[in-house]
Amino acid sequence: MEYTILILLLPVLSFLVLALAGMKMSHRVAGLIGTLSLCAVTVVSYLTAYAYFAMPRQADGTFAQLMPYNFEWLPFTDALHIDMGILLDPISVMMLVVISTVSFMVHIYSFGYMKGERGFQRYYAFLSLFTFSMLGLVVATNIFQMYVFWELVGVSSYLLIGFYYTKPEAIAASKKAFIVTRFADLGFLIGILIYGYYMGTFTFDPAQEDLMQGALMLPWALGLMFVGGAGKSAMFPLHIWLPDAMEGPTPVSALIHAATMVVAGVYQVARLFPLYIAYAPETLHIVAYVGAFTAFYAASVACVQSDIKRVLAFSTISQIGFMMVALGVCTGMPSHEGGLGYMASMFHLFTHAMFKALLFLGAGCIIHAVHSNEMSAMGGLRKYMPVTHITFLIACLAISGIPPFSGFFSKDEILTACFAFSPVMGWVMTVIAGMTAFYMFRLYYGIFWGTENKALHAAHTPHESPLTMTFPLMVLAAVTCVAGFIPFGHFVTGDGLSYDIHLDSTVALTSCVVAVVAIALATFIYVRDRQPVADALARRFPRLHEAAYRRFYMDEAWLFVTKRIIFRMVSTPLAWFDRHVVDGFMNFLAWATNASAEEVQPMQSGRIQAYTVWFLCGIIVLTLLLML
Amino acid sequence: MEIHVISYLILSTVMMFAGIYGFFTRRNLLAILISVELMLNATNINFAVFNRYLFPGVLEGHFFTLFGIAISAAETAVAIAIMINVYRNVRNIQTDDINEMKG
Repeated sequence: MEYTILILLLPVLSFLVLALAGMKMSHRVAGLIGTLSLCAVTVVSYLTAYAYFAMPRQADGTFAQLMPYNFEWLPFTDALHIDMGILLDPISVMMLVVISTVSFMVHIYSFGYMKGERGFQRYYAFLSLFTFSMLGLVVATNIFQMYVFWELVGVSSYLLIGFYYTKPEAIAASKKAFIVTRFADLGFLIGILIYGYYMGTFTFDPAQEDLMQGALMLPWALGLMFVGGAGKSAMFPLHIWLPDAMEGPTPVSALIHAATMVVAGVYQVARLFPLYIAYAPETLHIVAYVGAFTAFYAASVACVQSDIKRVLAFSTISQIGFMMVALGVCTGMPSHEGGLGYMASMFHLFTHAMFKALLFLGAGCIIHAVHSNEMSAMGGLRKYMPVTHITFLIACLAISGIPPFSGFFSKDEILTACFAFSPVMGWVMTVIAGMTAFYMFRLYYGIFWGTENKALHAAHTPHESPLTMTFPLMVLAAVTCVAGFIPFGHFVTGDGLSYDIHLDSTVALTSCVVAVVAIALATFIYVRDRQPVADALARRFPRLHEAAYRRFYMDEAWLFVTKRIIFRMVSTPLAWFDRHVVDGFMNFLAWATNASAEEVQPMQSGRIQAYTVWFLCGIIVLTLLLML
Repeated sequence: MEIHVISYLILSTVMMFAGIYGFFTRRNLLAILISVELMLNATNINFAVFNRYLFPGVLEGHFFTLFGIAISAAETAVAIAIMINVYRNVRNIQTDDINEMKG
């Protein structure tokens, strides 16, 4: 599998070419370079996946872990060194397929969406950089390589959110995203250091005796690493950057903030899953509770947002919450029951990446058509944009969990795992799944049905997007239709053994009924031209509506904590100390040197005779000393 | 009549300190050069005298004296050449006035 190095080399080469020579190229050439290299990466990824899963299984029934490359990068001691390499195992191969597919689709889509934009070449350069970093993250052979690429995706996300750098909101959003995730990554780094200190290695499988000795500290290390994962994956309360990140170009939101980067936290937990399950099951359950709360919080906020990208952003947060819950409810039970959530989480990651990218790309088409993110500018678009309408509807059905679309199958597995963990968790997640269906169809009706904004559409008739934009929609919609039938249990499972997924009919029926009821409710409230029920509800509970619309004041809470408490109580005194004590000492040193120099300066008169007088004085003193 | 060694040493000491005094106080380059020559010749006298009185059988001291004279001649030639050049540029050989190169 030596050719897998191409997966990393091609994007980084195209990034270098586009970044160094991009401005000399025409838009078309630059875009083609990026897209073709991504096309090659996609082909290689599919080949890798095919070759990997076609390999015979090992004697114990699992797939072998391959490391085609692994060279020592930074040696600290004999045992502790940072390596760089490529690790192939079921989840990393699965991620390669997801990332390259979505990234390739986004590259094609951007041809239409970013047409004529200033900085088109820069955009493609950053896309390549991001793809490189994300692929490097998933094939990391050790936790430190993961961290390095983790930061690289953070940087590319920062660059792409701030792509429209003349827009103050975009700048603020990019800074917010970078600072919040960076702050969370502090936890990740500390976790890595604790892990390295107690395990004596950065690899994912420490020696047995180190594990025994460090078993007490391992939950802390994993918990701190999860803080970093929670920052990247926008878990409550570190989710605040993701809605703002929607200031970036929409294809970027589809790629980074829906399908790939934001699931890095889920991937991290999945990567460390064997350690969690064996040594830190309590930490794993904390992950589940955080995920469940985040899913509920984000779903409730998504029900009242008016900016379509914000709705999708909160929906993403909520769905990532689902994946976290699925991982968190795993237990050490034998056979497939304990590890069902692991499979479900990875399955949902796969299907969610496809249909959420589809939703975002569809939203991009809509924004392209009406030049606004607000639902008030939309309504009745179904007759203007048939392709977008149908594909968007497919994605909405998938995320709501309606069979036979992909989301149904993965969500059903998650709910089954939750019910196996505890009935309360199962019911809570079922209700959140219902909320998902409700707000997605609220969004759908708000965009494609309801009142048409005649005044706006008269000035500028909405039109269907060009083929470069609709083609990716169709591909992703096709994937969404069939992905549910992938026998995922044969590829990725908690213990690595293959088994057939079977639907739990009770859970499946319940979730279907809940989804249908939620959709019916959304239809009842939002499908008509006017929405008396929604308005009445908003008037009946004005406080609740306002609070949900303002995201339950989480941004304000963070501002309060940072500005009022941290800045005032810690930063200001520290700044005073720095400015007066530390700087004062340095200034004093400089002043003292300067003053003494002023004093001795006249001695350097340049008159040789004066020097010789001093010379003579010195000789006389020396002579006297010798004589004494 | 034998002249006592002390007389020579007094002479060379007087010459030495006259030279040092002149070197410190004069502002004329020529006078400074003369002072330097005085100091040099005071040491030459010391070499010759100590060789003559302490080691009568050998000639090293005398050779050093001859070297000293030759070197002082060469040094004088260089110094006077410098002075002439300074004079051409500054029209003066007072050290106080030669300050163009001072930083």
